Amino acid sequence: MKEQIAKIKESAFAEIQNCKTLQELNDVRIKYLGKKGELTGLLKGMKDLSAEERPIIGALVNEVRNNLETKIKENEEAMQEQALNEKLEKEKIDITLPSTKIKRGSKHPINRVIEEIEDIFVSMGYDVVNGPELETDEYCFERLNLPKGHPARDMQDSFYVDPEHLLRTQTSAVQARVMMDNSEKGPIKVICPGKTYRRDDDATHSHQFGQVEGLLIDKNISLADLKGTLEVFVRKMLGENSKLRFRPSYFPFTEPSYEVDVSCFKCGGKGCNLCKQTGWIEILGSGMVHPNVLKMNGYDPEKYTGFAFGTGLDRLAMFKYGITDIRYFYTNDVRFLNQFDRKDVD
Amino acid sequence: MKLSKNFVKDYVDIDVDIETLAEDMTRVGNEYDSAEKLINATKLIIGEVLECEMHPDSDHLHICKVNIGKEVLDIVCGAPNVRKGLKVIVAQVGAQLPGGITIKEGNIRGKKSNGMMCSIEELGLESKFLKEEDKAGIHELPANAPVGEDPIKFMEMDDEIADFELTANRGDLLSILGMAYELGAIYDRPVKEIDLKHGEIEEDVNDSFKVEVNTENCNLFLAKKALNVTIKESPAFIKNRLIASGIRPINNVVDISNYVMLEVGQPLHFYDADRLGSKIEVRMAKNNEKLTTLDNIERTLDEDDIVITNGTEAIGLAGVMGGLSTEVEEDTKNIIIESAVFDGVKIRCTSKKIVRSEASNRFEKGLDPNRTYMAIERACTLLEKYADAKIAKGTVVYDKADKQEKKIDITIENINNLLGTEIPQEEALNVFRKLGFKYSVNGNVITVTVPTRRMDISIKEDLIEEVGRIYGVDNIEGKLPVLEARTGKYDKSAREIRNKMIGLGLNEVMSYILINDKEAKKFTTDNFEAIKLLDPLTEDRNTLRYSMIPSLLKIYEYNLDRNNKDVSIFEIGKGFGKVNDDYIEEEKLCVLMSGKYYEGIGNTKNVDFYMIKGVAEELLEYLGYNGRYSFVRNSELPKEFHPGQTAFISINNDIVGIIRKSTSKRNKRRCIYNGN
Repeated sequence: MKEQIAKIKESAFAEIQNCKTLQELNDVRIKYLGKKGELTGLLKGMKDLSAEERPIIGALVNEVRNNLETKIKENEEAMQEQALNEKLEKEKIDITLPSTKIKRGSKHPINRVIEEIEDIFVSMGYDVVNGPELETDEYCFERLNLPKGHPARDMQDSFYVDPEHLLRTQTSAVQARVMMDNSEKGPIKVICPGKTYRRDDDATHSHQFGQVEGLLIDKNISLADLKGTLEVFVRKMLGENSKLRFRPSYFPFTEPSYEVDVSCFKCGGKGCNLCKQTGWIEILGSGMVHPNVLKMNGYDPEKYTGFAFGTGLDRLAMFKYGITDIRYFYTNDVRFLNQFDRKDVD
Repeated sequence: MKLSKNFVKDYVDIDVDIETLAEDMTRVGNEYDSAEKLINATKLIIGEVLECEMHPDSDHLHICKVNIGKEVLDIVCGAPNVRKGLKVIVAQVGAQLPGGITIKEGNIRGKKSNGMMCSIEELGLESKFLKEEDKAGIHELPANAPVGEDPIKFMEMDDEIADFELTANRGDLLSILGMAYELGAIYDRPVKEIDLKHGEIEEDVNDSFKVEVNTENCNLFLAKKALNVTIKESPAFIKNRLIASGIRPINNVVDISNYVMLEVGQPLHFYDADRLGSKIEVRMAKNNEKLTTLDNIERTLDEDDIVITNGTEAIGLAGVMGGLSTEVEEDTKNIIIESAVFDGVKIRCTSKKIVRSEASNRFEKGLDPNRTYMAIERACTLLEKYADAKIAKGTVVYDKADKQEKKIDITIENINNLLGTEIPQEEALNVFRKLGFKYSVNGNVITVTVPTRRMDISIKEDLIEEVGRIYGVDNIEGKLPVLEARTGKYDKSAREIRNKMIGLGLNEVMSYILINDKEAKKFTTDNFEAIKLLDPLTEDRNTLRYSMIPSLLKIYEYNLDRNNKDVSIFEIGKGFGKVNDDYIEEEKLCVLMSGKYYEGIGNTKNVDFYMIKGVAEELLEYLGYNGRYSFVRNSELPKEFHPGQTAFISINNDIVGIIRKSTSKRNKRRCIYNGN
């Protein structure tokens, strides 16, 4: 009996080894391990064995059976893997060929700057407000202490559509609106970014340009508060090492008034072509809200003081991104726009 | 305003160079454009031509021996006026001349030349200041010019100039005297008195001359008479100071009127007294009244122009330009001097039509009536001294001006509260003293008397600004305002739409809202009136857009011309129109797509109607309109739209946008979505 088992084992292993396909393997399994298989047949002759021999032979048959099953499974898996590999090999592509180009979106550089400014001021508790671009002479000038015929109107040559309406020359127009709209005449803390328009057009001036205005009104607001606020803003925007210089100046709607220069970020203040060898770049107009402006817009200048500031968005964007001609912002060449398709370097 | 350092030194001691002065002025609020020497040249020396012979190889060059004191130089010179015995300006070897010229040892057609004899032009004076002889040859110094000395000093042209961009409120700084007070405050120096002394003859101007003012736009008019003037060239210092200030010297009388304007800030006008007659009337012009001005142009005036008349006809445009008929000329003997104050707004309007001048600029900024009196006396002083004039006794006066000095009460708390400082009272008083403001202290109230020259100062805050700028804003420490803590609010919707569109692969653009009026009514059937500018810069941009499509099409075409064919762009912007006499201004989104949306080998997708419809759907779903929008046809279409390939986007039966394919040939492939 033992010899018989050894024989079956030997021939079964030889047949498994010769199998080329899964089908052949399956045939071998049935031939030896099936219900009518050779090994199964052996078990039927067990009843003729002695009590001592029966468990020994039984164990032996089971062992061979297990060996065969394992071997068949191994060969089956090997064949399957080989088949898969052959399939994958056939499907191989050239991964170095060019990709399918997905169109990339980009944010306009001026809006990038606006969003950055908004984030800085919103984090300091300012609201972002808007106003009309087609403004009245009253809000754009008169309520800001610039009556008709005032020489300072020369600084802002305007596009009128009728004697009382014009395209706003400054976002400052929103100052008066915010003050008038505040029915409680309480504290105000706003910035207003937006488009502005002047009769001017060359490499450094566009007839349409962006500004952002800031206005803070409360009790006990001082020039020192303005200085501190602008220092935070400019350093966040243009670098922590930026130095600020306040130069007394004149705007009809603030008193005292200051122009603010920032140390040149290209040369660090040593003097270069960007800062025209002065080491400074003018970026902001600012001042303490003129008592006439407070009064005209319903605030009591004895109780409230405030500061206001304004800056040109185009200039800021030019400095930030090293753009030399303001017209690039408005011609919108897609090759130019595509350069603004990624986040700022932190 | 160009500031001549020599000129201002008449009134205040200055011992810093012009760059330092300009920087110091900037720090107190007077920005400068440039600061430099009047003559920007080095190594110049006075020489005398000892010998002068024709160059053997030239028909115009001369070989000269020029004595410059320490040595005799060989110089080849091409000027026609060079000759033996002439005193000349010599640029020595190594001299730097304006325009980047360096004088080197030379050899001109075989003859050595160690220097150059200069014309005034070569020293860098603007051509408007050059006389005919300056352009024709080298400059001829007078016979008494000392050989070996500095010619610039000898010609009294050793001046330095700073050109300031003054703010509109500081009309007082449009004068040397005003500048002297400002510099006096910076350097803590006193300002010297101006010399107004002159003799008088028995004849009283009031006996033969009358002034009548028939308009409220002139509140001060003074006239004096100078007789027997000699018209000649001005002395060098007057000419040079005018040149330094940017004004061309003409003759002594005209120069004096300009000189006094620069010095005192009050524009003057000189009339030929014999041509003028016995009367001046100031009134508003009549509509269509004619006047021939100094420049020989006939002007047509209107009711907003102030005119000077002789009682019957216009002889001058007040504050802007004199008339031709009463101009001071070579043969003028007697002069009527006008010193007056006209309304700044009226002068501004008139000068905008005719010409902006040094005079009109000063009227616009406002004048100190006390200076009006000072200027007319100063003119007499100078006319007596430099034009041999006899000054008639008396002044014809029309005076409705307020000449009172303002008094303003202020406390040190007012100052420190607004500036956020702790400046001691003495420091503030010191600032007022430096500025030349009188003050008195009563308890804690400081009463400051503001001189009439400072018309910009009328309220407390103006005084606080003065303290701030003279004390120095750099000395004020910045801090953050202490306020109730709060989070700022803003409307995120524009940002959300922007980010969504960028995520969909579109480039955000920013376009001009001004377009040509022919484009204004296109791409829409809405009922509105296009808004036109009264005074456009160009006809291309004379109207406010209603639809944003023309703006985006312009960008598309700009890109197409540069061979950028794949243009998928959007803008969030505004459209404008007039409806029932009301101006409307609406926020809009406009999308333009064309060319390829994505591109790869065997995998390229061109933009078509359904692609842009997909973009529209993406946005609508993102904004939460799912289930509420639909795409519908509409029979009423603008003719620019393809009738078969246009869809209106409807939300709850309101049309909010249009997707369309263009019908024009050039823009065949473009699809547009335009929505509110």
